[in-house]
Amino acid sequence: MGDYLLMNRLDFPILSTTIFIPLVGAAILMLMRHDKAIKGIALVTGILNFLISLLLYIHFDPTTPLFQFGEFARWMPSYNINYVLGIDGITIFLILLTTLLAPLCVLCSWTAIEQRVKEFMFCILVMESAMVGVFCALDFILFYVFWEAMLIPMYLLIAVWGGPQKDYASIKFFIYTLFGSVFLLVAIIAIYLTTGSFSIPNAMFRDYSFGFQFWVFLAFAIAFAIKVPMFPFHTWLPAAHTEAPTAGSVFLASVLLKMGTYGFLRFCLPITPKASVYFAPYMVILSIIAIIYGGFVCLNQTDMKRLIAFSSVAHMGFATLGIFSLTLFGFEGALLQMLNHGVTTGGLFLCVGIIYERTHSREIFDNAGLGKITPIYVGFLGLFSISSLAFPGTNNFVGELYILIGSFVSSKTAGFFAVVGAVLAAAYMLRLLKQITWGREDKRAIRDMNLREVIYLVPLVILVFWMGIGPSPFVDTMKTTLTNLFTRMEVFFQ
Amino acid sequence: MMMLPEFYLLFFSVLFLLFSIGKGRVNVFPWAKVLSLIGLVATLISINARGSFFSGAYRVDLFSQVFKSLVMYGLVFVIFMLDKRSEIEEKYNCEYFMFLGLSTLGLMMLVSSAELITIVLSLEISSYSLYAIVPLRKGQTRIQLEASMKYLFFGAVATGVMLYGMGYLYGMARSTFLSDIMAVLPKFIGQPIGIFAIVLTMTGFFFKLSLFPFHFWSPDIYEGASNTTTTFIATVPKLAAVALIMRIAALAYPAEPVFVTILIVLSALSMTLGNLVGLVQKDVKRLLGYSGIAHAGYVMMGILAMSRDGNASAIYYMAVYLFMNLGVFYVVLLLSKSGENVSVNDLAGLAKRAPLLAFTLAVSAFSLAGIPPTGGFTGKLFLFTNAFKEGHLTIVIIGAVNTVISIFYYLNLVRMSYSREPVGAERINLSFHEKALCYLLIFLVLYMGIMPFGLMQVFRAAV
Repeated sequence: MGDYLLMNRLDFPILSTTIFIPLVGAAILMLMRHDKAIKGIALVTGILNFLISLLLYIHFDPTTPLFQFGEFARWMPSYNINYVLGIDGITIFLILLTTLLAPLCVLCSWTAIEQRVKEFMFCILVMESAMVGVFCALDFILFYVFWEAMLIPMYLLIAVWGGPQKDYASIKFFIYTLFGSVFLLVAIIAIYLTTGSFSIPNAMFRDYSFGFQFWVFLAFAIAFAIKVPMFPFHTWLPAAHTEAPTAGSVFLASVLLKMGTYGFLRFCLPITPKASVYFAPYMVILSIIAIIYGGFVCLNQTDMKRLIAFSSVAHMGFATLGIFSLTLFGFEGALLQMLNHGVTTGGLFLCVGIIYERTHSREIFDNAGLGKITPIYVGFLGLFSISSLAFPGTNNFVGELYILIGSFVSSKTAGFFAVVGAVLAAAYMLRLLKQITWGREDKRAIRDMNLREVIYLVPLVILVFWMGIGPSPFVDTMKTTLTNLFTRMEVFFQ
Repeated sequence: MMMLPEFYLLFFSVLFLLFSIGKGRVNVFPWAKVLSLIGLVATLISINARGSFFSGAYRVDLFSQVFKSLVMYGLVFVIFMLDKRSEIEEKYNCEYFMFLGLSTLGLMMLVSSAELITIVLSLEISSYSLYAIVPLRKGQTRIQLEASMKYLFFGAVATGVMLYGMGYLYGMARSTFLSDIMAVLPKFIGQPIGIFAIVLTMTGFFFKLSLFPFHFWSPDIYEGASNTTTTFIATVPKLAAVALIMRIAALAYPAEPVFVTILIVLSALSMTLGNLVGLVQKDVKRLLGYSGIAHAGYVMMGILAMSRDGNASAIYYMAVYLFMNLGVFYVVLLLSKSGENVSVNDLAGLAKRAPLLAFTLAVSAFSLAGIPPTGGFTGKLFLFTNAFKEGHLTIVIIGAVNTVISIFYYLNLVRMSYSREPVGAERINLSFHEKALCYLLIFLVLYMGIMPFGLMQVFRAAV
């Protein structure tokens, strides 16, 4: 089992519980007939799972870089495939983010989804389980199973409940992601044949030849770059984001994109450190392109969802820039940026969903001038928008600051372009906000947000400020793991 | 009773022969179901039978018994799926079951054969039964006759080429027993004649497996034969074909590079051709025909590894292949009301018309494409790992790229049923029996994806 894993000391296998509660909930709701009951069960399952996952944070030991809450069971002994779970400072918040967003997604679909509620909630819960599984898995095959299993419910979310172009968007999403994944699989097999085991921690920081690292890095990088998505692999994202139902967009933006950057942190850096250092300049260039290009494309969007989708390209560009600046600040900033983007963009997509339910349009022009009609709504949208442009005091500011420090340390040019990108973010988000608030004189009667909608935005608002003003609990928890990663990487920097 | 399954199937076929001669027409469907289930039990209880007959020409070992069980599972599923309303002309029902039984008997004998003449005889027993049932299709005019003629001619040519190869084997070893040939062949395996003989001998089974370049029959026959017949031809004989390819490939141990290269080329061409042509197919059965060609390529990856694990993974893949194909074909069977062919467009809105069918189709199609957590993924993982382990990285990458190509048309099936609106088609109501079969197939495909170790151990012990 190795020395990388601290076994779970709680009374019950907490990680397995967090993975499988949504599945159990999904199985129960398949037996239900009434839509109310189905939504209720989905919501209760989501909340229950979030509360259980909070125990992870309470019992998490931030002083060790090892994997915690470990679980181990033999799965396919003849191939040395095991059921190994464990989390560290990188994954704990990603899991919490996932479990927090699942009940919010159920709530935001309460009235938006009218057809086939049962199947919809089923997909949401299966998604949750698979996403938590991806972050917990410490065995390549287990990881890969969760990673791919996620595609199916996500595909269905887009294909069945999506917008007018759902057909095209869902297929593109699926094939793009799968294309990346098969190379991931080949790389996994290559590592297995070299190390003799599918264990992820066992594969880290081994003395592979540079040629091996070179190819494995490329195979990994294609899979993760598509998921992030990095320029030029981003073309699936606007289509998928735009056509997905609100809950699908939230999952896509807040969790699925994080899996790409998580993959870089968890796989590329520790398993292929030499190749990571070798490729870092190229990855930085791609990140910069994503930031600038995403910003300019955003300026030109008329569709709110497309705008936010392209802003994701830019924001995730910051995350990959942080990772491949190969500095401790960069790592911390990247991880913070991942969480921030999850919170903020999740909030923005929820806001678009709310207005879409009322006006049935995502065009900025159709929704312009809402400032006086729906003040509460505009208040929330404004908050998430300024958070998205990294206004000081909000969460994104902290993340981007860390990343900018990191990238200035490694390359001044990269830092300079990143700052330009940050300014662009202000330009396009403020443009959106201005249009929505004061865009035109309008006397339409649009219902403002109801209590349910306020309830599911409030947790995200709290996080925006908490991570913006007092980020130290977050930074402290991830610090040990990232410092450990950085010190072990340092050997390869020369 | 070491040959219990064989004798039972003989009894099964003869019984239906008697039914067909008898004047009073009984409803044979319940009979067929019950009798086939008993046959499955008989096959399973004799799984531990061991023995050798006819001075070694007929071998009963775990390898053969495992394949017999798989073949029997296939037969039972096909019989349970057979829709009595529309598939076959009523007057031929008894004969149909008889030929299914005889064909299965031939396949069972085939996997036990360890001598060239026995192999040919068993293969022909199985093939001729199939030649006879391909034209038995209700409501169509010519298409099934064309299919049966093509099947017969292609089959005859493949058999001829196989006999030619066997002639060479005999010429080298002066014996028709595989064990004798194996003893002599190492002397010849480095020379063209050895390779030539083995590859030609395999031709008959490449034909059954529809591996490139012996695949020409499969899309036409799939399209022309009735849905049930296609279900049978697409799944059951391929199992036995893989068994025999393994038996014959064993002659070339230790892995002869030229021979392995030939297999790699065939495998790569087969999967690439199958998947590329599959992309443009409109008829679901034709599409599955090309999918079958591609899968023949995948399964060869396990065989060309020429290792114990490689063979075990090939058997595992074939077992998964059986169930996932049965899943797709069952949806086709239930969708076609009067036994006509189903086009991809007919699937539109299936999720609204029959959610369970759409789900069965989705699970089977994702499995065919190799997406976790289905059996197709686990099977492919084993195949890729074992081919990679023996150093065949090229074919692994070709296989991976092919997986991506193939996802397009498999996903298209799912896409049609989930994201298109139904065009003036009413709901399809499933009976209890049909629902149960759907659930069973879904369960099997998922089970083989998540819990492969038990079966994998049996297969490892078998090879």
